[in-house]
Amino acid sequence: MNRMSWFNAVSLTLGFAFLYIPMVILVIFSFNESKLVTVWAGFSTKWYGELMQNEAFLNAAWVTIKVAVFSSTMATVLGTIAAYVLVRGGRFMGRTLFSGMIYAPLVMPEVITGLSLLLLFIGIGLDRGVFTIVLAHTTFSMCYVSVVVSSRLVTFDRSLEEAALDLGCSPAEAFRLVTLPIIAPAVISGWLLAFTLSLDDLVIASFTSGPSATTLPIKIFSAVRLGVSPEINALSTIMISIVTVGVITASLVTKHQVARQKREEQAAERA
Amino acid sequence: MRRFVLIAIPYVWLLALFLVPFAIVLKIALSDAAVARPPYFPQFDWAEGIAAFIAELDFENFVWLTEDDLYWKAYLSSLKIAVISTFFTLLAGYPIAYGMARAPEEWRPTLMMLVILPFWTSFLIRVYAWMGILSNEGFLNQFLMWIGVISEPLTILNTNSAVYIGIVYTYLPFMILPVYSALERLDGSLIEAAEDLGCSRLTAFWLVTIPLSKTGIIAGSFLVFIPVLGEFVIPSLLGGSDTLMIGKVLWEEFFSNRDWPVASAVAVVLLLLLVIPIVLFQRNQQKQQEAEQ
Repeated sequence: MNRMSWFNAVSLTLGFAFLYIPMVILVIFSFNESKLVTVWAGFSTKWYGELMQNEAFLNAAWVTIKVAVFSSTMATVLGTIAAYVLVRGGRFMGRTLFSGMIYAPLVMPEVITGLSLLLLFIGIGLDRGVFTIVLAHTTFSMCYVSVVVSSRLVTFDRSLEEAALDLGCSPAEAFRLVTLPIIAPAVISGWLLAFTLSLDDLVIASFTSGPSATTLPIKIFSAVRLGVSPEINALSTIMISIVTVGVITASLVTKHQVARQKREEQAAERA
Repeated sequence: MRRFVLIAIPYVWLLALFLVPFAIVLKIALSDAAVARPPYFPQFDWAEGIAAFIAELDFENFVWLTEDDLYWKAYLSSLKIAVISTFFTLLAGYPIAYGMARAPEEWRPTLMMLVILPFWTSFLIRVYAWMGILSNEGFLNQFLMWIGVISEPLTILNTNSAVYIGIVYTYLPFMILPVYSALERLDGSLIEAAEDLGCSRLTAFWLVTIPLSKTGIIAGSFLVFIPVLGEFVIPSLLGGSDTLMIGKVLWEEFFSNRDWPVASAVAVVLLLLLVIPIVLFQRNQQKQQEAEQ
C-alpha cells in the first residue's frame, strides 16, 4: 500500500508533533534574553555563557562523563562475557539463576536497585562517591549489554567458530578473530546504550553517590525542583544536540553498511 | 578451567551487586526499627547465625504498612496511575505505530529514527520540558487563552493530569516500537480478504488488525506499566503534593524520614506487586518468539 490515507497522515503528524514540540520549545527558549522562560524577549546566547562559567555544572558534567566512560566500558566487557556464557556456555550449575539475574535488573524499579545497592555499600563500609556510582551503573547496564549482544550471538552461524577451531585456532583466538568481529556492531551498540543509561540516570546515582560526587542529572534535578530556568534550557539544548548528531550519524552509518552488504551479496551471487 | 573463570566473573559480580543487596533489603525490612537507627547502620553480623535471625523475625514493618493508610493509598494510586496512563499511551501510540507501518517503505527508517531519538534523549530533560508548558503562565495556557478556549489559566502543573501527560509523553516510544513491529509483519492481504468478504474497513480493523497485533499491544503495555509503577521523577517534578506514587513515597521515607526498615518494606511490597506483570510479560515474549520460529 503506497498511498497514505488521510487518517494515517494525520495520526503521524499529530504524533510526531506531540513528541517534538516540547523539545523544540525548550531549545527556542534557551536563546531567550529574559530570565522568564515563558515570555520571549529577544535573541541572546547569554545563558550559554553563564552555563560555561557555572563551575558546579561543569564539575558535575565532568563527574558524569567519567562515570559513564568507566561504567559503560566495564559493563560492555562483563555483559559480553555474560552473553557468551548464556548462549555458548552450555549447561552449568545455577544457569537459571544466572539468566534470572541478567533479566531481573531490566524490569527492576530504579528506586529498589538504588536502595539495595546503597544498603550494601553501607553494610560493607564502602565510602560513597564516584567509585560506588560506577559499580552501580556497571551492574545494571551490563544486563542491557548482555541482552543486546546475546540477541546477535543467537543469530550467528556457529560453524564459523567451529571452522576456526578445526583450522588450528585456540578457543581464545577463535573468539578474537572470528566471533568478536562478527558481534562487534552489537558490542558497540551495547556500549552506547550503557553510556547513555549512565549519563541519564538520576535515581540510582542519587542513592549511591556521596557528598563528594554529584552527577549532572542530580544537579539538574535539584535545580529543576525550584522551577524552570533558562540555564537549564541551555544545558538541555546542548545535550539534545549531542544526542541528535549521534543518532543521525549512527543511522547513516548503518544505512551505508546495509547498502554495502547488499552490494557485496549481489556481487557474490553474480560470481 | 577457563570456562569456569568465564562463567564465574559475571556470575560473582551479579551475585555480589544484585542478589546480595536484595537480600539485605529483605533483612532490613524484617528487622526492628531500632536496629537501623538513622543515619547509621551497623555492620552485618553474620556470626549471629540464622537461628538468631529467625528468632528475632517479625513483620512489624509490613504490619505498619497496612496500618498507616498513606502506604495503602500510595500503592493503590500508583496502580491506578499506571493502568490509566498505560491505556492512554496505547491510545496515543497505536495510531502512530499504525501510520508508520502503512507509510511508504522508504520513509520507514526515518520515521523509526524519529521515534528512537527521544528515547536516547535524557529522560529528565524530557520531563523538564513539560514544566514550562504546563505551568500557569506556560505555553499551553497562553495558547488556549490566545485562541479563546479559556479566559482563566488552567492549573495543570502539580496535579495528576500533569503526571499523566508526562508519563504518556516519556513512555510513548516504548509503546510505539513493539506495536509497530507487530503491525509491520502483518500481511496486508488478510485485511483485503476481510474487506472482500464484506467487512467494512472498521470491522476489518477490529476483527483482523487488532487481534493480529495483540502481542505487540501486550508487550508495549507491560513495557509502560512495569516501570511506571515505580516511577519517581515524573510524580516529583510534575505531580503535586497530593500525587501519591510509591516510588516517591519510598524516596521520601528513605531520604527525608530516614526510616530505612520501612523504606525497605515498601520496596519488598512493590516488588511483590511487580512479580505478576513481569511473569505475564515474559510469557508473552516467549509466545512471540515461538511464533516467529
